[in-house]
Amino acid sequence: MSDTPLDLLRLNLDEKVYVKLRGARKLTGTLQAFDSHCNIVLSDAEETIYELVDGNLRFETKTSEMIFVRGDSVTLVTAQPEE
Amino acid sequence: MPELTPTNPKPFLRQLVDKYIVVTLKFNNTKYKGKMVSTDNYFNIQLTEAEEFVGDVSKGVVGDIFIRCNNVLWIGEDLSKAEPPTE
Repeated sequence: MSDTPLDLLRLNLDEKVYVKLRGARKLTGTLQAFDSHCNIVLSDAEETIYELVDGNLRFETKTSEMIFVRGDSVTLVTAQPEE
Repeated sequence: MPELTPTNPKPFLRQLVDKYIVVTLKFNNTKYKGKMVSTDNYFNIQLTEAEEFVGDVSKGVVGDIFIRCNNVLWIGEDLSKAEPPTE
């Protein structure tokens, strides 16, 4: 039984998570660590950055082995949906 | 004059735990509807059975989500799913 929202993150430690960020970005990766500010460390992370170019939605992806995400850009965290 | 009994924000949110709520974000015209699992002192929110809406169009069910407090514009009960009042 979890009684605070951050327990959802605790339950997802060492699992694949989906993190939605400010500025049309998302990250997926394995949740290694987090804290109460929602600062997050992900391993095997893939970042997708969406961009509108002349009305067309483009995106680029970047991968990194280990990444630290500052909590203030996080909007939402959930378990990674099954592909 | 009737006596005023104020409803403070924290008790109000506590009341909404296990109820269906709507969370509107400050950005992108985004809403999440779902059942509130928990909330904390920062008013971070955990939802289950959550569904994402962008501009009132459903973008699908996202399941269990954590919403960071700073993104929230307002929170209210989802009246479309509220139980009809019982006598």
